[in-house]
Amino acid sequence: MSGANRIAGAGRLTPARTVRFTFDGDIYTGLEGDTLASALIANGVHLMGRSFKYHRPRGVLGAGAEEPNALMGIERDKARRQPNVRATVQEVFEGMKAVSQNRWPSLGFDVGAVNDLFSPFFAAGFYYKTFMWPKAAWQKLYEPVIRSAAGLGVSPDEADTDHYASRYVHCDVLVIGGGVSGLSAALAAARTGVSVIICDEQAHPGGALAYETGVAVNGEPGFDWAVETACALAAMDNVRVLTRTTAFGYYAQNFVGLAERVTDHLADPGPELPRERLWQVRAKKVILATGAIERHMVFANNDRPGIMLSSAARKYLNHYGVAVGTKIGIYTANDSAYETAFDLKRAGASVEAIVDCRDNPGEGLLSKAADLGIEVLTDHSVINTSGARRISAMTVKRNRGGGSRSVAVDALIMSAGWTPSVHMFSQSRGKVAWDAETERFLPGEYAQDCTSVGACNGTDELQASIDEAVAAGSEAAKATGGKRAAKPKLKGTGAGNWSGGMAGSTAGAGPDTTVKAFVDFQNDVTAKDIRLAVREGMHSIEHVKRFTTNGMASDQGKTSNIHGLAIAAEALGRDMPEVGLTTFRPPYTPVTFGSIVNHGRGKLFDPARKTPMHGWEEDHGAVFEDVGQWKRAWFYPRAGEDMHAAVNRECRTVREVAGLFDASTLGKIEVVGPDAAKFLDLMYTNGWQKLKPGRCKYGIMLREDGFIYDDGVVARIAEDRFHVTTTTGGAPRVLHHMEDYLQTEFPELDVWLTSTSEQWAVVAVQGPKAREIIAPLVEDIDLSNEAMPHMSAREGRICGVPTRLFRVSFTGEAGFEVNVPADYGRAVWEAIWARAEPLGACAYGTETMHVLRAEKGFIIVGQDTDGTVTPQDAGLSWAIAKAKPDFVGIRGLMRPDLVAEGRKQLVGLKTKNPKTVLEEGAQIVADPNQPVPMKMLGHVTSSYWSENCGHSIAMALIADGRAKTGETLYVPMPDRTIEVEVTGTVFFDEKGERVNG
Amino acid sequence: MLQIYCPYCKEERPELEFRHAGEAHIARPADMKSISDEEFEGYFFIRSNPKGIAFERWRHVHGCGRFFNAARDTVSDKFITTYEAGEPKPDAAELAAKSGEADK
Amino acid sequence: MAEALAARPQYPLEGLVAGSAQVQITPAAPASRLALRARPDAVAPLSKALAVKLPQKPKTSARGTAAKTKSRQALWLGPDEWLVIDTDGADLMAACQPATGTFSAVDVSNRNTAIIVSGAAAEAVISSGCPQDLSLKAFPVGACARTLLGKTEIVLLREEEDVFRVECWRSFSAYAFAFLAEAARDPMV
Repeated sequence: MSGANRIAGAGRLTPARTVRFTFDGDIYTGLEGDTLASALIANGVHLMGRSFKYHRPRGVLGAGAEEPNALMGIERDKARRQPNVRATVQEVFEGMKAVSQNRWPSLGFDVGAVNDLFSPFFAAGFYYKTFMWPKAAWQKLYEPVIRSAAGLGVSPDEADTDHYASRYVHCDVLVIGGGVSGLSAALAAARTGVSVIICDEQAHPGGALAYETGVAVNGEPGFDWAVETACALAAMDNVRVLTRTTAFGYYAQNFVGLAERVTDHLADPGPELPRERLWQVRAKKVILATGAIERHMVFANNDRPGIMLSSAARKYLNHYGVAVGTKIGIYTANDSAYETAFDLKRAGASVEAIVDCRDNPGEGLLSKAADLGIEVLTDHSVINTSGARRISAMTVKRNRGGGSRSVAVDALIMSAGWTPSVHMFSQSRGKVAWDAETERFLPGEYAQDCTSVGACNGTDELQASIDEAVAAGSEAAKATGGKRAAKPKLKGTGAGNWSGGMAGSTAGAGPDTTVKAFVDFQNDVTAKDIRLAVREGMHSIEHVKRFTTNGMASDQGKTSNIHGLAIAAEALGRDMPEVGLTTFRPPYTPVTFGSIVNHGRGKLFDPARKTPMHGWEEDHGAVFEDVGQWKRAWFYPRAGEDMHAAVNRECRTVREVAGLFDASTLGKIEVVGPDAAKFLDLMYTNGWQKLKPGRCKYGIMLREDGFIYDDGVVARIAEDRFHVTTTTGGAPRVLHHMEDYLQTEFPELDVWLTSTSEQWAVVAVQGPKAREIIAPLVEDIDLSNEAMPHMSAREGRICGVPTRLFRVSFTGEAGFEVNVPADYGRAVWEAIWARAEPLGACAYGTETMHVLRAEKGFIIVGQDTDGTVTPQDAGLSWAIAKAKPDFVGIRGLMRPDLVAEGRKQLVGLKTKNPKTVLEEGAQIVADPNQPVPMKMLGHVTSSYWSENCGHSIAMALIADGRAKTGETLYVPMPDRTIEVEVTGTVFFDEKGERVNG
Repeated sequence: MLQIYCPYCKEERPELEFRHAGEAHIARPADMKSISDEEFEGYFFIRSNPKGIAFERWRHVHGCGRFFNAARDTVSDKFITTYEAGEPKPDAAELAAKSGEADK
Repeated sequence: MAEALAARPQYPLEGLVAGSAQVQITPAAPASRLALRARPDAVAPLSKALAVKLPQKPKTSARGTAAKTKSRQALWLGPDEWLVIDTDGADLMAACQPATGTFSAVDVSNRNTAIIVSGAAAEAVISSGCPQDLSLKAFPVGACARTLLGKTEIVLLREEEDVFRVECWRSFSAYAFAFLAEAARDPMV
């Protein structure tokens, strides 16, 4: 048995297909197709959660996405726990575990409920006003208590084991909403052959047809027609029908985000199905058929479990076959609630009374009620309710005075009318307009290529909705190239009347400040809170919203916004449109992080770039460091070595024997064309015209403001061909910068830029034995000092493979950089290693590379420069060609501040205690005893222990640094002050003889 | 995500393929070396940042690689037109009229 | 001596396979590639020298016409830019030597590598990370474009209705391959 409240013969679920699940540990039986809410109600469970602020017991309010109350935690296993799931949306599956939230220690007995007793202290703006003093108490006392008492649900603490799918998709027509209007529009569009996507957030198509059982389309029961139509659409090649799919965001140029829930309803989805699928849709036309959302009545204690929207009760009955109670009270300002009363009565429930706050309900309703034996109390209000964990009675009173009476009920069904769902329209930046006649906001001025049809457009009549939708579908298809096709002929009959309604508080909301007449259930905002906000000076709806938090919960005020606005408007004595509606923003309903992150986690979080030699480096124990997206060998520790020992050994070995370094990550740009040298003249400070093919030069690139942007060695391969290298991290931006100038400032130059960073693998062989190591492997190139001096480049072969061989050095040692096509990088590296190892050479990583270059005073752009350093500051004036008429940065270098005295200059620092290694970034002062704040002269940019020098070395940017050579300065640290001497930047082989071998 | 018409690829492409590249129609002085500090300031530092129609440089960096110019309304965030680098600056008033029509 | 020393190449993605019943993801065979840039005066001479007509229309490619250039394709990447691919590994640098006019040819055979995505779900798998419209109407057989796949840049070429060639830079190929393999896990693609 799937619950005592299941009505035999009612609803569409199959009684035999039962599903067992647990709620707070108790086992229940539901039916396949049930939502958690319908299954619990079937089992007589109405208490489903506690409210956010007052911890009041709550049941379901709705039967769909608008649900503010019944938020639960759904668990599959420890990793897959989802908090704040709406029980009205979550379908039950065999073995599902649901837990209630926001209660301790149990849902039935919740300590936090004392907040309800102290509620006079929890008025709107309470948090802003109360927890302000003393300041320290916020962090230590208030915040931890509030944080643990607040918050909805518990997030999982293990990595999500599900995977998520993603799709970009382009279509002619996107229809949002699969009710009668959406289906009609989709059908009209699909017949013309254009590509159509129609999505609906529910598990089934049909929208309101799921409960409006009187409706027929073309003589067929409405819901059956909806299902058949959806199936027919799905069978068409040009149509995609997506159920359980929420259009959550409407962005510029008809870009719409859809979240499809693929497995949340399945007991055993298997590992291959993605949990959710994110659709990023670009539609030529969008048709909004998002329907309307019913509003509740605002009166005292309108939040007890068992009090719910009329449409919800009707859906529970007509779709799920569940009666929400046996003794039903109805409280309405709207005709559609009568249909619910009639359906419940016919299903065998006792309808105690229909309380209608209006004088005159719609035509025929009173006689129909009389026929069914239902008492109707017009011009009456429900002014209070009672019951602990479920409503037990309502208090009814005539509006024009007189006594009140109590009516025993176990469910109270309410309807204050329908709010057109303009969320997506508003997200599209369309402006809503107030319709004074029907007192509601409707789509006004459109900002994008979309159309609203049906209830979301304020079209109340069934046939009018269908006609409007068919017309919109046909027009959208026509505009997007659809073929001529007959419009579908659809005749809708039997719809109830949905007109009428009210917004704001009812007579039962009372002026009494202790009355809790809830407007926003999820954030516990009452009518009096909104009145208080207005009294305290909030005159804009945006301020009222933020002060009271009305509409700011995860349901985004789907049921509460209009009520809140009406109450504020009444308190302000102004019309609703004058007070304004708050803006709707994505997402329409919460979207999981999993869907948004999608593939981008784990190894797909970011590309990990590896050089062709990476595998060898791993095999040889390299420790890697991240340089941008690159994984670079940092150092190669041997058994028993820590980083320090390994780097010291590598540094020593390179200078004493030789070392191999993987320089493949260097950026490389091939500059080709008759104007190549002319272009480089403009891009670098140096002159290139006179550089002969086969020679290399160190180049400095500036930005227009005169500051160093990048540097690197450039080799001239031929008259019209240069091989430019850039820093590893700078490669993409340097190419972008050069392209920018070439395309937009110097387009007349005949030259092109091609990235070759990854074409070449680069083995740097550095040290006294470098030549000896590679010589036997090289063909067609004379490696002698005379034939191939420092800063030369040759083309030839190594290990039978074409090479661009550069005689260059970033270590100060004689050395070569062997460029080979990347496919051969590892093989050539291994061949060189086979020669190098027996000679006592080593492989070295980026740390040793840094130390060796610092020993020589070579800068690293981005470490020793920071975007405010000129070539002069860095001691590189020699690299500026004096005679050139123009280069990027030439004018910037002449700016007053850049030629002024006292600029920071790059110098060397030696610590007085040779063992002390400075911290990079440490500040430097002249007098360590001056009062704080001290006058900073500059900072340390690079600092290392130099095994080769036998002392620490450092570089620093210091005001007037070069003039301070020989002076003693100080580096104040938290625990001590370090004495340093200002030196030149070259610490090793000052004359630079070693580079010539 | 916007769709941007690339004047070289001759179709709309997703914004992800593009990169913004600052204000358009700021020509680099031909006699760079001899301009005054004020002229350099105007060229390098000062940008118009208008409300309404802005002329911008964009690059179809993950597409054809070309830099091009665009007129975009900074209020509506809509591209009014895009055109090849080197083409003359369109008349802002005409574009405003055009953009107004496009909105209707 | 050179023969004895001859280094053996090592290709990225060697030996990897991924996919499902509906889509196969495999590394493409090694190929020679040219990054070609040219002024209009060099387009005809280059087309002749390479025996493949350099396409002038955006998003299009052309295949070699001569018997020995059937393995050769020229992809329009920009108004003066082509990627020339020869799956037979012909020496493309040498091939364009005789061409007159102003142009730049750079060997990028080893800079790029390619992944072949084929099968009924090929388009859907690539659409998992590529924001372009890849429907046959918008991206027909022979269409090509530099674009994005997830967080990496690719050059996409539709070789057949359900066969795509995904060219990417070498060090991004592991990411691109893994991305496609992950996308192919979705059975509904």
